[in-house]
Amino acid sequence: MTTLMTDVTRDAEGFLADATQWDEELALAIARENGIDELTPRHWLVVRFMRERFLETGTAPTIRSLGKESGVPVKELYQLFPKGPAKLAAKIGGIPKPRGCI
Amino acid sequence: MRKQIVILGGGTGGTMVANRLRRQLDADYADIHVVDRDDRHVYQPGLLFVPFGLATIDEIVRPRRRQLHAGIEFHEDEVEAVSVERQDVRLTSGGLLPYDVLVVSSGARLQPEETEGLTGPGWNERAFTFYTAPGADALRRQLEQFEGGRLVINLIDMPIKCPVAPLEFAFLADWHFRERGIREQVEIAYVTPLDGAFTKPVASARLGSLLAEKDIELITEFNAGEVDAVGGILRSYDDRQVDFDLLVTVPLHGGAAFVEQSDALGDALGFIPTNKQTLQHITAPNVFALGDATDLPISKAGSVTHFEAEVLAENVVRHLGGEPLVPGYDGHANCFIETGFHKALLIDFNYETEPLPGRFPTAAGPLPLLRESRLNHLGKLFFQWIYWHALLPGRDIPVIGPTMPAAGKRHASSVA
Repeated sequence: MTTLMTDVTRDAEGFLADATQWDEELALAIARENGIDELTPRHWLVVRFMRERFLETGTAPTIRSLGKESGVPVKELYQLFPKGPAKLAAKIGGIPKPRGCI
Repeated sequence: MRKQIVILGGGTGGTMVANRLRRQLDADYADIHVVDRDDRHVYQPGLLFVPFGLATIDEIVRPRRRQLHAGIEFHEDEVEAVSVERQDVRLTSGGLLPYDVLVVSSGARLQPEETEGLTGPGWNERAFTFYTAPGADALRRQLEQFEGGRLVINLIDMPIKCPVAPLEFAFLADWHFRERGIREQVEIAYVTPLDGAFTKPVASARLGSLLAEKDIELITEFNAGEVDAVGGILRSYDDRQVDFDLLVTVPLHGGAAFVEQSDALGDALGFIPTNKQTLQHITAPNVFALGDATDLPISKAGSVTHFEAEVLAENVVRHLGGEPLVPGYDGHANCFIETGFHKALLIDFNYETEPLPGRFPTAAGPLPLLRESRLNHLGKLFFQWIYWHALLPGRDIPVIGPTMPAAGKRHASSVA
């Protein structure tokens, strides 16, 4: 864990407690911690889209709306962020875990 | 000039709102229009029973027109687009309906074609959905002939109508095969994109152990991206694979097609951005929405629509009268969950409170929450009568209102 990571508060699953503590360096550190060694422009596109949408509306988009609106198709989202694209991109983007609704 | 109220969709929400408004507003004050593309009102909870021969399509479909009170004009027509700017609705027939208030109650649309391969070869032969009347009926014929093999029940992704329905299907399938004496020859798997049987922790744990008790395999965090119905393979986006002999899936849902054709009306999935408490459109003050058509973070379910209808009708009246809206909806929802063997569970919850065990107060006495009982099953059966005779006409049901009763629920600290 980098010094950077010890300066911020995160929940048990590793999501940032305060979205304003986020910066790009931190994003990269969280990505590495989750097995993504490098953030390509396609990664950044998704992470920034997630973050902007959250700051605008207060909720993080689901995988489906990501696939429709971010310009990155769902299949590719899974290649970029293996297992749970919405969850992982939210974590890297420093926003809370997307809340599944009932 | 009389006010023009245009309601798009003559299903559960549209019918209840139209009837409530007709009762509250004088005929010389407002005209009420309801638009729907057909005259078949389906009691959707009944679709679950059709594949097992426990209900027929005829029993659960009635004319839409007949559920509407006198003084409501029904237009059997398709909506082409809404202009929020001009405040009118263009119909496919060429008609134009200008509105003072628009109510969007056009529900959710199934989009099986959005999943690769799902509607290809094998659709309605080896891969089915019971979420449409023809689909439920086709599945009934298939189940009758099914003598053994691997049955996979799946939901592609949230949001879906009645999130408990695929679980109920799994429970009823287990019962069905036991009754037929062939349960040993059938493997049942429940495949979901969620991280458990259900979304909220307490109910998820309870429903998860019910699946285990009934010997139904639970496969979680499976985001189905592709179906090969001929080869019997369900494939996830991250390349996991589930084999099936018979697939019962719940396809992706989106809003009505016209929402996407209309500027500034819906979101990327075609759902209406709606205020959580008042049910007013987020940006268009004279547009309201309820039921499956909204983007609200609560179940797409008839009970939700019913509780919303009360608040929405009140707010339409207030809006027309220039009064402030009431923030009266708290996300209240409840549903019976059929578990087979003449038993059912009941859950009751809202935006803030997840489904908890305890007792639910009704006019006829308390019903057990999150626990299997015969009483709940009878409640579910009786509900169809209540639906046609009390809910759609827009009558208030004693004790059960738009806000969730807190009494009777046991919170986490007291849950064993």
